[in-house]
Amino acid sequence: MTQHTVSAAAPDASSGSGARPGRGLAASLRSVRTLAGLLPFAGYVVLGLGLPTAAIAVGAFQNSSTGSFTLSNIDTATHGIYLHGFETTLGVSVITAIVPGIIGFLVAYAIYTAKRGAVLRRAVITASGVFANFGGVPLAFLFIATLGSTGLVTGWLTGIGLDPYTHGFNLYTFSGIVVVYMYFQIPLMVLVILPALEGLRPAWREAARNLGAGAWHYWRYVGGPVLMPSFLGCVLLLFGSAFSAYATAEALTSGSVPLTAIQIGSFLNGNVLAGQQNVGKALGLGMIVIIAVVMALYTVLQRRAAQWLR
Amino acid sequence: MAALIGDELLEDMAAGPQRPAQPGWRHFPFWRWLILLIVGAYFVIPLVAALRFTGFSSFPSVVHQEGFPAAFELSVRLAAITTVLTLVLMLPSAVYVHLRLPRLRRLMEGITILPIVIPPVVLIVGVLQVAPGYLKSTPYLLALEYVVLAMPFAYRSFDAGLRALDLQTLVEAAQSLGAGWRTTLWRVLLPNLRAAMLSATVLTVALVLGEFTMASLDLYQTFPVWIVAFDQTSGPISVAASLLALFVTWILLLAISMIGGRRSRRGDGADVSLFSVSRRNTGGS
Amino acid sequence: MRAQWPRISEGEHVPRSKAVAAAAIAVSGVMFAAGCSSSSTTKTSSSSTDTKAAATATSLAAFGGMNGLVAAAKKEGQLNVITLPANWANYGTIMKDFTAKYGIKINDANPDGSSQDEINAMQQLKGQSRAPDVLDMGTAFAIKADQEGLLAPYQVASWSDIPAGQKASDATWYDDYGGYVAIGYDPAKVKAAPTSFKDLLKPIYKNQVAINGNPTQAGAAFAAVYAAALANGGSLSNIKPGIQYFQKLHQAGNFVPVTAGPTTVQSGQTPIVIWWDYLLASEVQSVVPGFKIVIPTDGHYAAYYDQAISRTAPDPASARLWEEYLYSVTGQNLWLAGKARPVELPTMISNGTVNKTANAALPAAPAGGLSFPSQTQQSAAESVVAQQWSSVTG
Repeated sequence: MTQHTVSAAAPDASSGSGARPGRGLAASLRSVRTLAGLLPFAGYVVLGLGLPTAAIAVGAFQNSSTGSFTLSNIDTATHGIYLHGFETTLGVSVITAIVPGIIGFLVAYAIYTAKRGAVLRRAVITASGVFANFGGVPLAFLFIATLGSTGLVTGWLTGIGLDPYTHGFNLYTFSGIVVVYMYFQIPLMVLVILPALEGLRPAWREAARNLGAGAWHYWRYVGGPVLMPSFLGCVLLLFGSAFSAYATAEALTSGSVPLTAIQIGSFLNGNVLAGQQNVGKALGLGMIVIIAVVMALYTVLQRRAAQWLR
Repeated sequence: MAALIGDELLEDMAAGPQRPAQPGWRHFPFWRWLILLIVGAYFVIPLVAALRFTGFSSFPSVVHQEGFPAAFELSVRLAAITTVLTLVLMLPSAVYVHLRLPRLRRLMEGITILPIVIPPVVLIVGVLQVAPGYLKSTPYLLALEYVVLAMPFAYRSFDAGLRALDLQTLVEAAQSLGAGWRTTLWRVLLPNLRAAMLSATVLTVALVLGEFTMASLDLYQTFPVWIVAFDQTSGPISVAASLLALFVTWILLLAISMIGGRRSRRGDGADVSLFSVSRRNTGGS
Repeated sequence: MRAQWPRISEGEHVPRSKAVAAAAIAVSGVMFAAGCSSSSTTKTSSSSTDTKAAATATSLAAFGGMNGLVAAAKKEGQLNVITLPANWANYGTIMKDFTAKYGIKINDANPDGSSQDEINAMQQLKGQSRAPDVLDMGTAFAIKADQEGLLAPYQVASWSDIPAGQKASDATWYDDYGGYVAIGYDPAKVKAAPTSFKDLLKPIYKNQVAINGNPTQAGAAFAAVYAAALANGGSLSNIKPGIQYFQKLHQAGNFVPVTAGPTTVQSGQTPIVIWWDYLLASEVQSVVPGFKIVIPTDGHYAAYYDQAISRTAPDPASARLWEEYLYSVTGQNLWLAGKARPVELPTMISNGTVNKTANAALPAAPAGGLSFPSQTQQSAAESVVAQQWSSVTG
């Protein structure tokens, strides 16, 4: 019967006893074989993600018509309205990562702990799946019909004397974008945090209760630390999702709020700016750089959060 | 599902004689319904507003519009292929990393977050530049790229699900009892990862059925592309088409989740019982 | 204890590594993908010599006349067009008529796409049978595409009827149809009819005025800004007053920054839309009863789109037949029926070949000749808009 030694920590009982010559070679061969298990994934990532990204990165340094090396695309992409675009995009992304992150977590927890909640859970999970991918023109229209100047909710609020537009709210600005983005960010959070909630053993809650801990203490000392790594990971996902969202903001604000993804769109598939595609690629490269920085920050945070677990 | 079992455990414990007087616990159900109500309202009201615009009469005509069946069928086909590829690729890889290369976990997270951050509009430009001719001429290039787009969500689902398991012990136990890799994966790990697999499947299918940018730039008329193309023709019908798309996707996902759920109830208890919370272990973890 | 667990039979052969299994599935998936390419197959080589000849034809003469061209096109059997919505300048009818007349199937890809999409598709799908054959794009893009050698020169039979300033000197692109920037409004919601850009600043139009998209991305929106510039003391070399105008419009509370279209007019979100006159007619007027269209009295800005044939067109004969069709009297009149102004309109009026009813239905064209921005002026204007548009809404 062929057997694979599974864990690195397991004793080599099954490989037989006796001296094994060339220990160093065997060990390094084994580690190569270990890494080889990731080959399909690595291969897929290189082909499906690495190559296109490299093409973009290379294109960012090329002149759009002649293909010769130039830094002007990068220069354009890091100044003026495009720098402003990066700032605004970061702002939107941070806010629509944290706020929906918290709300999504609350919803996930609510349905996870519901008694006899199997139907509710199923309905919410599937609905979340649908809404998490809803966006673009249809979503923009939904909110224009709701919170636009002649929208349904605007009408209700005006009826009770609280016209949002006279109180400074405008759907077609930064705050409007945040409100609309939550429509797909909250479901996304619900979906990605749910599997993590299974890590919260109910027995821990009972044990905490037996020791006299209230809800606050439970979350502060048990639930919070256990979930924090996963929570941070999910918030990071939400950040990325908001960062690259494009169609919704475009349909809603027509570029009057500078967002990097929209600016990329105007270079790469627009009707006005001809022959400057590589500035779009430079902007894309900028987005990749930013996310790399955010990932580094996240790694530091993660390490601190997961400290006590190891 | 493990979640279901944990639920019933809570019920048992709540009914037990040892329940201490805890005002916080008794009030929690109220908060739960309040949150669900508020968030639910936030999601439903815009739908109602849109419905007000289209009226119910637009819906039947949507299905009869030119191009609808073909576009829908293409999207469903792509969704099926993408989901299978994603599960086959990501599940073993996630298990493998958790098991053998735990130090690479963070790197994996980093890699799998990239597809989300690179805007699809940029990615498809890069893809079309490097993809070989024979792939570009089929819509399956889209499916292959959708796997890349689904990667972050699938990996995160499996990662969270695996963190919740005592993976090392499960696998060692299975191996020590003579199970080979395939059996371990199929009969021991998969049943414990049902929630994660369901979450990943739901995310992937919904992603493919809702993805617009890459399909439209690759010049294939998938369902979302068809909906937007229709927006120019007729406002109410287009909005009705989007609402219909939401609804149909939801039904599809419900069907998938029910199939997944039913199988778990019929499965052997033996696969699941030892390492997840079960009725028999009321004595605590 | 062993008895409690499911028994694995001794001789069970398991794959040595998941990697092998996964790789096998991935590879078979790719092969499945390649093998099942049902939607487009590569052409057989029997017609390759004909295709090569057609690809370098620069006029009807190379085909020996119209009949030769029709025969060659019919042999190819299909035509790939791109970014042509059915209700844009009557393209739906034009495509249907073309197919009915010649039996050539038309594949309309990415109808909502942009001019840049067309160039991208030409470059990225080169050699595929799905690649676009003919293009309809903005002049700036046609010029760029020409500079990159993507277009094939071709002179249609009625070449001399196209005004000299509206076609490329090397015959790689040629204006097809155009229109004026116009103000469209829904009388049911707009009580006082606006007639100029200046009018739109009045407070009665609060929260009512929109343009069709983002001026850094949408040609019609960019044109609206140009027209506003002309109405406010700017010129073809100075688009800044246009941006300042929209700033004023926003401060007055009249400007709604959404992408306006038939849906937003129908739902009452944007009762006033500044857009191309022919699109207001074909897309909005058709669904909003009583919708009115006026060309603003203070700012006249018109632009034409351009036709071009891809140098690497998979169906070169069909492509050329399509151009001949579009520039025939039938084709030009069909555009006219779509409320667009075909480029050969002046000639057709003097010849009497114009469709008089359709011509009469057009909004009255302002007197005086048309002037278009030069390439330099346009690029300068584009940069100004790109940098400053977001200051409109603060």
